[in-house]
Amino acid sequence: MITQVSSKTFLLMVIDIMLIMMLLPTSTSADEVIEKGYQLSQRSDQSDRGFTSSVAQLTMVLRNATGAEATRMLKISTLEVADENLGDKSLVLFSSPRDINGTALLSHAKILDPDDQWLYLPALKRVKRISSANKSGPFVGSEFAFEDFTANELNKYDYYWLRTEPCGELICDVIERFPRYENSGYTRQVAWVDQSVYQIRQLDFYDRKDSHLKTLLFKDYRLHHEAYWRAHHLHMKNHQTEKSTDLLYSNYQFKTGLSDKDFVKGILRRIR
Amino acid sequence: MQNIVKTGFVRAVLSLGYLYSGCAHAEFSGQHGIEFRVFPENAQYDDQFNGIQSSVYFEPEWRNSIDDNLQTVIIPHMRLDARDSERTNVDLREAYGLYIADNWELLVGMNRVFWGVTESRHLINIINQVDAVDNIDEEDFLGQWMLNLTWQYDIGRFDIFFLPHFRERTFSGDQGRLRAALPIDISAARYQHDDEQWHNDWAMRYSHYIGDWDIGLSVFTGTSREPRLVLNSAATQWIPYYDQIEQLGIDLQYTRDAWLLKFEGLSRAGQGHTFLASVVGLEYTLFQVFESNADIGLLIEYLYDGRDPYEAPATTLNNDVFLGLRYSLNDMQDTAILGGFTRDLENESGGFRVEAERRLGDSMRIELEGQLFVYSSHDAFTTSFKQDNHFTVRLSQFF
Repeated sequence: MITQVSSKTFLLMVIDIMLIMMLLPTSTSADEVIEKGYQLSQRSDQSDRGFTSSVAQLTMVLRNATGAEATRMLKISTLEVADENLGDKSLVLFSSPRDINGTALLSHAKILDPDDQWLYLPALKRVKRISSANKSGPFVGSEFAFEDFTANELNKYDYYWLRTEPCGELICDVIERFPRYENSGYTRQVAWVDQSVYQIRQLDFYDRKDSHLKTLLFKDYRLHHEAYWRAHHLHMKNHQTEKSTDLLYSNYQFKTGLSDKDFVKGILRRIR
Repeated sequence: MQNIVKTGFVRAVLSLGYLYSGCAHAEFSGQHGIEFRVFPENAQYDDQFNGIQSSVYFEPEWRNSIDDNLQTVIIPHMRLDARDSERTNVDLREAYGLYIADNWELLVGMNRVFWGVTESRHLINIINQVDAVDNIDEEDFLGQWMLNLTWQYDIGRFDIFFLPHFRERTFSGDQGRLRAALPIDISAARYQHDDEQWHNDWAMRYSHYIGDWDIGLSVFTGTSREPRLVLNSAATQWIPYYDQIEQLGIDLQYTRDAWLLKFEGLSRAGQGHTFLASVVGLEYTLFQVFESNADIGLLIEYLYDGRDPYEAPATTLNNDVFLGLRYSLNDMQDTAILGGFTRDLENESGGFRVEAERRLGDSMRIELEGQLFVYSSHDAFTTSFKQDNHFTVRLSQFF
């Protein structure tokens, strides 16, 4: 038996099909922004590959809302870990203020799991394995959270490309990124990555209530060994508390000959 | 003889820095400070002082590193105490040369080594002698002569210690507070072994971490750092007696999210029957409480010690519970407060302890400590200390 379709029903069917076909390109476009966001971030991540190891001196200036300042000085050593499923290893050694001189923090970063971290307390010469679940907590009282300070690994985020716009004298891609790891203090971040050397110029942080919490500006980029760009001045401003932290890098060295044995738990006893 | 060996060694270590013409890096640092211990109650025993015990201390540090494989460290420690002459002391905490090779290290000289994961009692820590007169929290140690060889492999870290010289424990003097009913005659110390403080002690340790687990296994054979107190013939004084012991130790920590599970256990032979002792603890941290940067750590530990009550050194921590709280503001001044409460499960003895600290300016630190003893007639320690509740104010400068 042939079903008789009225001309009105047929017209409705055609309109439905056309509407569905109009929707299809939109969902492809959503994949495109994810793809583009990931690729641009990957390009930025790749530009940093191959540095093997680095050592830098850091001066950290903490400012509260009234302008009162406190300074911390530390040395950060980083070891690039080739395995894509693991993050880099880092060793932070504090030298100032003098009462924390000799305190050190060793981290073996992971991608989605919490990092392995050990704290060395020089007063008792004690090595303490600490909980690193508190990624959103402040790093030594500064406006940088632990998750801001540990290595920026590509696979920690999901990326969405938003738009292209000028940023200062450069052109930037604006990419939104969502943390894939647990216990993050952020729902999302927005990154401005320049199109010429693929470095992040600005990072906006949105807290768990999705309000704009902090802005990080990457300034004074310098090219090392004709290959590695490093921002020598990082400025983090907390818009809710009006506090800020400046990180000033100096004496950046690359391919310093460090290896896994310089990042074992036992090294903490002899880092000075 | 000891002094000649010591000064000769120190001179050799210092001269190393000048002999070598490689890349050298020297660092001078340290701390000095003033401390007031206030005892509000009158002393229990004759000869003990009343009131405030003030002292000044100085601990400079000289560090030298030559190229990437040689380090030397010298840390002397001095304290001048106004009320207790036993607390006025000079010690070399560290004075060593460390040679670093590819996967092994050799340390020769005086050093301090700390093993342990728990808070209420540092049970398995044995290498260094406790400087008990400095502070009763057993976190000040005398320097220890050693030859320490270390191997680092992927399967773990191996340490072997040769300890040729023994340091005797320090105690409060006759005029000091926090002492036993009878004074202790340190000069009359006795040893089980004829070699006395020249007995060669040995220790070994294996340490490793696998995923969320940190593990340590240790062995010690030699002179017990803990003395037994025996009465002298006239029954007027205590005399420290140092036994020969063998000790196996284990320390373990499991770290997961905001939880830390900790364990220290030992088995010791040589002081009466072979006994076991352990501390098991749990620490949970609440991060960013009250919408601030502050953290609160909650600690609970259970302490057990099965030692012979007559043939082993006395301890008050044989069946006790410890509850602790750590409040860290995570502010620019690194303000922190730690409070702890220990209670014996068999008698009512125990104690309360509060420690607070904060940085002042750029280089000074202020510390406040309060100690309250809860006494029980069944416990020798709290009975002796029952009128020695005190609080301490310490102001230090770091350079």
